[in-house]
Amino acid sequence: MSGPSDFQPSNPALKWIERRLPIFGLVHSSFVAYPTPRNLNYWWTFGAILSLMLGLQILTGVILAMHYTPHADLAFKSVELLVRDVNYGWLLRNMHACGASMFFFAVYIHMFRGLYYGSYKEPREVLWILGVIIYLLMMATGFMGYVLPWGQMSFWGATVITNLFSAIPYVGKSIVTLLWGGYSVGNPTLNRFFSLHYLLPFVIAGVVVLHVWALHVAGQNNPAGVEAKTEKDTVPFTPYATIKDMFGVSCFLIFYAWFIFYMPNYLGDADNYIPANPGVTPAHIVPEWYYLPFYAILRSIPNKLAGVACMFGAIIVLAFLPWLDNARTRSSKYRPLAKQFFWIFVVVCVLLGYLGAQPPEGIYVIAGRILTICYFAYFLIVLPLLSRIETPRPVPNSIADDVLSRSKGKVATAASIMVAMVVAGGLLAGSTQSAKAEDDTPPSQNWSFSGPLGKFDRGSLQRGLKVYKEVCSACHSLNYIAFRNLADPGGPGYSEAQAAAFAADYKIKDGPNDQGEMFDRPGRPADYFPPPFPNEQAAAAANGGKAPPDLSLITKARGYERGFPQFIFDFFTQFQEQGPNYVSAILQGFEDKPPAGVTIPEGTYYNKYYPGHAIKMPKPLSDGQVTFDDGSPATVAQYAHDVTTFLMWTAEPHLEERKRVGMQVFVFLIIFAFLMYFTKKKVWADAH
Amino acid sequence: MNPDAATIAAGAPIEVDLSPVAEGQDIKVFWRGKPIYISHRTKKQIDEAQQVALSSLKDPEADSARVKAGHDQWLVVIGICTHLGCIPIAHEGNYDGFFCPCHGSQYDSSGRIRQGPAPANLEVPPYAFLTDTKIQIG
Repeated sequence: MSGPSDFQPSNPALKWIERRLPIFGLVHSSFVAYPTPRNLNYWWTFGAILSLMLGLQILTGVILAMHYTPHADLAFKSVELLVRDVNYGWLLRNMHACGASMFFFAVYIHMFRGLYYGSYKEPREVLWILGVIIYLLMMATGFMGYVLPWGQMSFWGATVITNLFSAIPYVGKSIVTLLWGGYSVGNPTLNRFFSLHYLLPFVIAGVVVLHVWALHVAGQNNPAGVEAKTEKDTVPFTPYATIKDMFGVSCFLIFYAWFIFYMPNYLGDADNYIPANPGVTPAHIVPEWYYLPFYAILRSIPNKLAGVACMFGAIIVLAFLPWLDNARTRSSKYRPLAKQFFWIFVVVCVLLGYLGAQPPEGIYVIAGRILTICYFAYFLIVLPLLSRIETPRPVPNSIADDVLSRSKGKVATAASIMVAMVVAGGLLAGSTQSAKAEDDTPPSQNWSFSGPLGKFDRGSLQRGLKVYKEVCSACHSLNYIAFRNLADPGGPGYSEAQAAAFAADYKIKDGPNDQGEMFDRPGRPADYFPPPFPNEQAAAAANGGKAPPDLSLITKARGYERGFPQFIFDFFTQFQEQGPNYVSAILQGFEDKPPAGVTIPEGTYYNKYYPGHAIKMPKPLSDGQVTFDDGSPATVAQYAHDVTTFLMWTAEPHLEERKRVGMQVFVFLIIFAFLMYFTKKKVWADAH
Repeated sequence: MNPDAATIAAGAPIEVDLSPVAEGQDIKVFWRGKPIYISHRTKKQIDEAQQVALSSLKDPEADSARVKAGHDQWLVVIGICTHLGCIPIAHEGNYDGFFCPCHGSQYDSSGRIRQGPAPANLEVPPYAFLTDTKIQIG
């Protein structure tokens, strides 16, 4: 639909370039004059949204890569230092991590749109297959990206997924060794994943160029599934589609901003705030939400090789869609049976996603098997059958006719689709947490930092620092906090002089001096809190065999299941205080004697909220242990509350800034969305 | 892209002293980045392992094929579940062997798969006895 352009720029300089490289003509014919169907709905804005997300991921990723260190010993710390010290590092990191989820959210809607409206049918088969290739590349990129922070989930997810390739007969083990670059997931693995993670997005960009090219050759599909015949059927891309895409993008950005600024860890796993440990497997290894349906399919098949084959097959089958479904009617709007099966398929996908996050026991296994069969049946049985036996409704004569016959019913359909998508999205998002709820759930406490207007209580932070210093620091390090952080805005609120004086109280090991010896000197603001033990082995030896964990990130590295449907409500109420609730509960949950009939191993202590109830740490807090200058009660409950607030600050020093900037961004985006909406309505006034 | 020279060198054989490991105890060492369980089996565990009928095993292997002659109280296995790679917990499960918490695979006191989705027995790494109380793994 777009041929050589007769566009000539009027500016002589631009004319000069145009004669030598007709780039302005290309842009004009592809994105300005390009005829786009008049009856497109908002599901068609996701192509533009995806292009934006790819651009954003590349931009934020390139800047993050300037500060990230891809070495197994340094990666985790480099990400934390990035978030804490790099200017707006927290924003870059949140944009990139949440951006990956948004990228997949948009791509799934984009794909479901293609499924529903038959966008894969002739002559768009190559366009569709290019899309499947882009999707596969996205999955590879996302997988490798998640490994880079080198947390527990990064490491163990990499172990499980790379192990899958060992299922391939004969060459499996060699392939896995090649992937690892060693005998197990380790530093060579991290290095090569970083290299490929940087490379693949540019490969994706290249395939996207082919994808848009293939699209422009065939022209866009539209909700009626009827090809554009006359000029009355189309409008020029600019300003019509451009402004509609701008509005769609601004709404999407609001959704994206909700995650970046208010729920940055909702889609992630708390375990990834624990540095990778090859000797300890987490209790639940769960991939990111966008892989969950395929993970469920993998685990449903009892045979290792067949499971791997089915998992990849579930993606590859998409490429065959144009031939599996060769019904002549494109759009499911006019295919009543196909439409119903489509929605059933959507539900199957969402449920598979939910199952992927559950432990593979009992009813979950049976449900997984049934749903896997349903998934494949849709492509291999239902669609081919329907294309033979279904009688479609009559399609409109032309796009222009379709636009003229628009009725109010469409609004209802669109609304119910939105609701379905929101529920599906919420379920998928919440399904990162598995279903089993502990009986001893930590009680929900009130935290001053919760909610969109949350702030740290300065007094609480200072009291918490005192508790840490006088009680916890004997065994627990605080490696990511420097003395200068105590004077940072959004923190305990000490002055720089006070922070320097605080630092000077500490003895810091430094050296070697000119004689080659290590020496002690007083602390300076740039120094970090010194650990109580010189290394992990000493820490373990002094504490009954288990090194006490570093506390800097503990409130983000712990959590508990909120259960269904609570996790859906949590998304809307911005609840993300599982970690602080847990830490506070542990500190107050010690009991002198285990309840009747319960025995705990020698050398452990009974704690009501600790999973398994037997914790190696003795009760650290007692009433009267720490006296506060401001007269706050010297009780365990007060200590627990204050030290947990302090530890929430150590886990996220920029929390207040994040929420404040978030509020500004939201106000801007909402105003912007309104402006875009009204502009769109004005532009489209004559086209409707 | 195969393991480079430094990685291969770091994977050179290691020696482990068995004298501090009491009967019924097991230790975990790392070789080539993998955890290796060295188990000093009790008489009960050895008997249980030797008396299992091979036909009842998913991956039939005699206990004698998994230990060194004259040293059958020592079991040396790679502590990686053959299902999807988690580390099983020693001295757990119905067979007084290993239990993998990820998907519930259970191994016996010879490290053989008895129950659960894992397809194969725990791998026995290459090792040899240098003396009665010292082995070399690798």
